[in-house]
Amino acid sequence: MSTLPDQGFSQVSVTDAAAELIRRLVLDHGPVMFFQSGGCCDGSAPMCWPKGEFRLGERDVRLGVIEGAEYWIGGDQYERWAHTRLVLDVVPGRGAGFSLEAPEGVRFIIRSELCSLDELSQLNNRPLPRGGDPR
Amino acid sequence: MRYVSPNSPGSLVQYPDRYDHYINGEWVPPARGRYFENVSPVTGRPFIQIARGTHEDVERALDAAHAAKAGWGATPAAARAQILNRIADVMEQNLEQLAVSESWDNGKPIRETLAADLPLAIDHFRYFAGVIRANEGTAAELDANTVTYHIKEPLGVVGQIIPWNFPLLMAAWKLAPALAAGNCVVLKPAEQTPASIMLWVSLVGHLLPKGVLNIVNGFGIEAGKPLAQSPRISKVAFTGETSTGRLIMQYASENIIPVTLELGGKSPNIFFADVMAQDDAFRQKALEGFGMFMLNQGEVCTCPSRALIQRSIYKDFLDLAVERAKLTVPGDPLDTNTKLGAQASNDQLEKILSYIDIGQKEGATLRMGGERVRLGGELEDGYYCAPTVFEGHNKMRIFQEEIFGPVVSVTSFEDEADAISLANDTLYGLGAGLWTRSIHNAYRVGRAVQAGRVWTNCYHLYPAHAAFGGYKHSGIGRENHHMMLGHYQQTKNLLVSYDPNPMGFF
Repeated sequence: MSTLPDQGFSQVSVTDAAAELIRRLVLDHGPVMFFQSGGCCDGSAPMCWPKGEFRLGERDVRLGVIEGAEYWIGGDQYERWAHTRLVLDVVPGRGAGFSLEAPEGVRFIIRSELCSLDELSQLNNRPLPRGGDPR
Repeated sequence: MRYVSPNSPGSLVQYPDRYDHYINGEWVPPARGRYFENVSPVTGRPFIQIARGTHEDVERALDAAHAAKAGWGATPAAARAQILNRIADVMEQNLEQLAVSESWDNGKPIRETLAADLPLAIDHFRYFAGVIRANEGTAAELDANTVTYHIKEPLGVVGQIIPWNFPLLMAAWKLAPALAAGNCVVLKPAEQTPASIMLWVSLVGHLLPKGVLNIVNGFGIEAGKPLAQSPRISKVAFTGETSTGRLIMQYASENIIPVTLELGGKSPNIFFADVMAQDDAFRQKALEGFGMFMLNQGEVCTCPSRALIQRSIYKDFLDLAVERAKLTVPGDPLDTNTKLGAQASNDQLEKILSYIDIGQKEGATLRMGGERVRLGGELEDGYYCAPTVFEGHNKMRIFQEEIFGPVVSVTSFEDEADAISLANDTLYGLGAGLWTRSIHNAYRVGRAVQAGRVWTNCYHLYPAHAAFGGYKHSGIGRENHHMMLGHYQQTKNLLVSYDPNPMGFF
C-alpha cells in the first residue's frame, strides 16, 4: 500500500477506452504501472509494465493514479511538463518498447491539456510525490 | 517511376505468406505457434504474418548462438571480414529489392532507401570488414623481463534490439561490429518493421556459419524482454526510448553486463545571421538544412526538430525556409519522385497529431502543415502527415519532447551565448546542426553544444567512420566507428615474466 502523500488534484486522467484496456491488462498480468517515456522511436509515450517491473528512481514523480495504477514520469522531464495535464487514451497500433498492451494491437497514447490557473496553484501548493519517498 | 507494390505481379518483392524466426541457419516456427499481422504504413493494410516469439524461442536462439560462439570467435579475422564483404556484395546485388521492401515495411520514400539506407548499410559491412583486419591489441615492455599483452577477445553471445525507423540500417550498425569482432548474435527486429530484415536474412543468412546470427521476432514484452534479461548474453544493445533504456540497464545490472543505448534527442539546428550575408549556394544549402526535419518523415533520433535562428535574420530566413519546405508534400513512398512518405504506424501518426494539438494549445504559431493527409486510392488509409512548422519558445513541450514526426519548432536567439544556452536547454544530446560562414563561430559553438555529434554546415549525413552517439539522456556508447569494436570485445591481459629467477619474496 502506497504511503505517498495524497495529491488531491490528479495530473493524469484516463479515457473510458483506456480504462477498459487497463482493466483487461490487469486481469492478464496482475497490477500494472505506467511510466511516461521520453525520446526516440517509441518515446514521448506511456509505457505500461507489471507493477514493480521498473525500479523507480529517487527523483521520479508520480503524476497520479488511474484505475489503481500509479502513473510516473522522470523528474527532469516532469519539470518540462509541469504545466500540463495528461489524458491517457488508446489507439490502434503496433508495439512499443516492452509495454504490455502491444500484443493486443493497440497502443496507449497521451493527449495533453494546459492546466488552468487554479490547477496550477493547486499543483504548486502540494507535495510532489517522488519515487524516493518512503513506501 | 513507381515501383510495383510488393506481392503484386511484376514486383521485385514477393514475400512468403509468413516469416518465422531465423535460428541456427533455419526457419523455425514460433514455439507457441502464434503469428501477428505486419501492416504496411503505405496502405495501412497487413501484408505478411510474422512469428510471435516468446522466451522459448529466445532460449532456442541462445542455444544456437552458444553452440556457434567458440567456432566463430576462433575464425580468423580475415575470414570473418570476407564473410561481411560477401554480405555487402549480396546486398548490393539485391539493392533495389531490399529498398522496395524497406519502403513498404516502414513507409519511407524509395528515393531514400535507394540512395541512403541501403548504400549506407552495405558500406557499414564493408567498413567493419576493413577495420577488423587492422584491429590489434597492444604489448608493452614494463621492464627488461616483464611484458604486458592486451589481446582483444569477443564477448561471446550478444543481444541486439533494433528500432523501426531504419530497420535495415540500424540492424547493420549493430550487426557489423558485433560479427566482425567475433560475437554471435540474437537479434530482435522491431515488431512494426520486421519484414525487410527477414527478407535480408533470406538472402545473406547462408553466408554465415549456423548459429552465428539468429533472429527472433515478436513483441517487446514477449520476446525483447526475455532477451534483454537473459543471463546468457554478454551484452545488450538497444535503440529506442529513455524509459525502456532504463529498464534494459536495470536488467543488465542483474547480470552485470554492459549496454549500449541510443535513446533519441531533441536536436537543435542553429542558423547564424551570416548564412544570409550572401544570396549564394551556401544560403540555399542552409535553407535546405532547415528542411532536414522532413527526412525520413522526421522519424530520426537526430531529427533537427528545433530550429534556432538568429534574431537579425529571423523573419527573412524563416520566410524563405517555409517557402522552400512547402514544396515538399507527402506522396506515394514507392514513387521515385516522392520526398516524404508515410509515418511508420498508426499510433506514431496519432502521437504526432497529439503533439500538434498541444503545440497549438500552448500558443505556438502554426506556420504550415499541422494535419493528417489523405492521399486517396490505395493510399487512403496510409499514415501520412503534412510537414509542420511551429513558431514558439523553448519552454514549450513541442520544443522539449521528441515528436518523431515531420515537425519543427522554431525560435530565435540573440547572440552566440544565447544560442548555446537554448541549444543545451534540453534533456537530450544526440545531434545538433550549426550553419555559419565563420570558422571561429563554428568551432566554438560546435564544442559548446552538449551533443554527441554536431553537424557543421551539413546535416543528416551518416557515413561510417564518424562516431555517433549521445550525451546526457541520449544514451551510452558510440556506433558507426571502429571504436564500436571495443563495445563488443573483452580485453585479455597477459602479464608475463621472462625472468627465470625467483622474485625473492618468500
